[in-house]
Amino acid sequence: MVAPSRVPKPKAINCPNCGGNIELRGFAHTRSAVCVQCCTIIDPTTPELQILQQFDERLRVRPLIPLGTRGKYRGIPYEVIGFQVRCINSDGVEYSWHEYLLFNPFKGFRYLTQYDGHWNDVLTVHGLPSFTTLGGRKAVNYNNVNYKHFQNAVARTAFVMGEFPWAVRVGETNTVDDYVSAPYMMSSEQTEGEVNWSFGTYILGAEIEQAFQLKTKLPAPRGVYANQPSPFQDKVRASWRTFMLLCLGWAALMAFFTFSASNRVIFDQNFHFAQAVPGEHSFVTQPFEVPGKGNVEIELTTDLKNNWAYFSLALLREDGAQGFDFGREVSYYSGRDSDGSWSEGKAKDSVILPRVPAGRYYLRIEPEMDAQASATAASGMTMNYEVTVRRDVPTTWLFWLALPLLLIPPIVTSIRAMAFEGRRWSESDYAPGSSSSSGDDD
Amino acid sequence: MSGPSSNCPNCGAPIKFAWSSAVQAACPYCQAIIIRRDVNLEAVGTVADLPPDASAIQLMTEGFFDNKHFTVIGRIRYEWEQGNWNEWHLLMNDGTSGWLSDAQADYAVSFAVTSPITFPTPLEMKKGQVFQLQGAQFMVTHLTKVRYVGFEGELPFTTSDRSEFTTADLRTMDARFATIDYSETPPLLFMGRYVDIEALKLTGLREFEGW
Repeated sequence: MVAPSRVPKPKAINCPNCGGNIELRGFAHTRSAVCVQCCTIIDPTTPELQILQQFDERLRVRPLIPLGTRGKYRGIPYEVIGFQVRCINSDGVEYSWHEYLLFNPFKGFRYLTQYDGHWNDVLTVHGLPSFTTLGGRKAVNYNNVNYKHFQNAVARTAFVMGEFPWAVRVGETNTVDDYVSAPYMMSSEQTEGEVNWSFGTYILGAEIEQAFQLKTKLPAPRGVYANQPSPFQDKVRASWRTFMLLCLGWAALMAFFTFSASNRVIFDQNFHFAQAVPGEHSFVTQPFEVPGKGNVEIELTTDLKNNWAYFSLALLREDGAQGFDFGREVSYYSGRDSDGSWSEGKAKDSVILPRVPAGRYYLRIEPEMDAQASATAASGMTMNYEVTVRRDVPTTWLFWLALPLLLIPPIVTSIRAMAFEGRRWSESDYAPGSSSSSGDDD
Repeated sequence: MSGPSSNCPNCGAPIKFAWSSAVQAACPYCQAIIIRRDVNLEAVGTVADLPPDASAIQLMTEGFFDNKHFTVIGRIRYEWEQGNWNEWHLLMNDGTSGWLSDAQADYAVSFAVTSPITFPTPLEMKKGQVFQLQGAQFMVTHLTKVRYVGFEGELPFTTSDRSEFTTADLRTMDARFATIDYSETPPLLFMGRYVDIEALKLTGLREFEGW
């Protein structure tokens, strides 16, 4: 049998300093309560309401969520019972942020922090993070996620309001280390050899406005916060995925054209050439039929070795209505030296003429070899070569033309994502030197 | 489960123990502290009023831990330099006893275990020291000087000694914890893990005005 347990109720006490009314909402958890009227911190657990500290009223800051506001945050009812301003000094500049203490008698305490319009939902951590390094930088691992060290600072309590489950003091300092993996942040706070870890999640002010039914709009965030999720993160991944898909689609299309190309040999003949033979070197081939539509490839296969040849070529329509002039140099050299065997060039070459109308064509060929060399060579400069003409051969140049165009969106997005990360880290201990002027361009 | 019943040695009221192994209990009628030695009950004083607290748990709160049903049958209130907390004594449905600790609505469940190793003395114990227990690395995170400030219900040991003793809290990476309690020699070892209050499916919770 159990005596019915007393039902705790919120109570009001009178400030032992000014007599003002202090409302207590945290039941017996509260170990410090602040009189807003005279800025006195009281220990309400002592019968005489011992004064812990009095601080300068000029430090007063107005909270964006009024104390005593009840809301439903992430499905759990919470009441805002405490508010404190904490600040750090970095290179002579003071930065301050706000912390709201939320309370639910069953769920316990939770914090909301606000800096320059950026909010974090913070809970204490029960597990023990392990220290590691990431890219040569200090990091922690918690629940298999790595968090990069962002900054180390000494945080000072600058102003307090409401009530707290610990003995709070204005001016008190502790060492804070932040580690980030957007949208999460692991923070350690050290006081007198005790290390306490907390886990923060970046949240939007709009969620807080909604949760606490705020009448005034919360200030818009400025700049990039340590664990603010990058708006480009997903876009980068998506744009590369799109790029891959387009490439695959494009390659499939190319493969289709390749397989559907008729690639038919319409002329093939072997020739012999000797530079030393006097007279005109140019000649014309037998006419041949170029059927259907598409391109025409002319391939020259020679038996050149450590030599070169130049071919002046023309594909001419028998009726004289159309002619294509072009030239090709074929050269092939090989040998051995101290580095082993080497070779340069190729004994064959080809040229593709796009869109050649159907009809009867012939080739005019004028080979040319080194005249100087031929004069000294015993047998003169000679070569055997084969001319092959194909109709409608597969081409891949369109693919390579499209590739750089397709690359533009993912590269631009990646650059913007990197610029965002640059702005994030410019606020950290790892900002690149003095020239951390990343500005507002993105 | 229904335990043995007896009469309060102080006021004679019938006392029914919820747990057969209870060693210390408070008489719900006269607030006498009753210590059980073998079959005899002995009144050793009266229970001091517990200081006001804001725990959501109370005697007879029921819940589940690892699918085992439990009933809260006792509590010890501890005090340390910066506050106090409750260890609620759980009677599990398999007859064993467990503890639900509530420190400012931060909850953890633990069980007494036989220590596989010999721990250093409280003076030799250092923060940051690591012990291998149940296949995990437990690191000492807190060394606290505590004392009993009150109790209610039934307990598996006596708390008549009000002198200060040391406890060492240890944690793992995955939110398991252990407490080494130096109130006895050799020290007691409790092992368990932090829990979310929802996961315990508690019923018979305390009420808070306005909530």
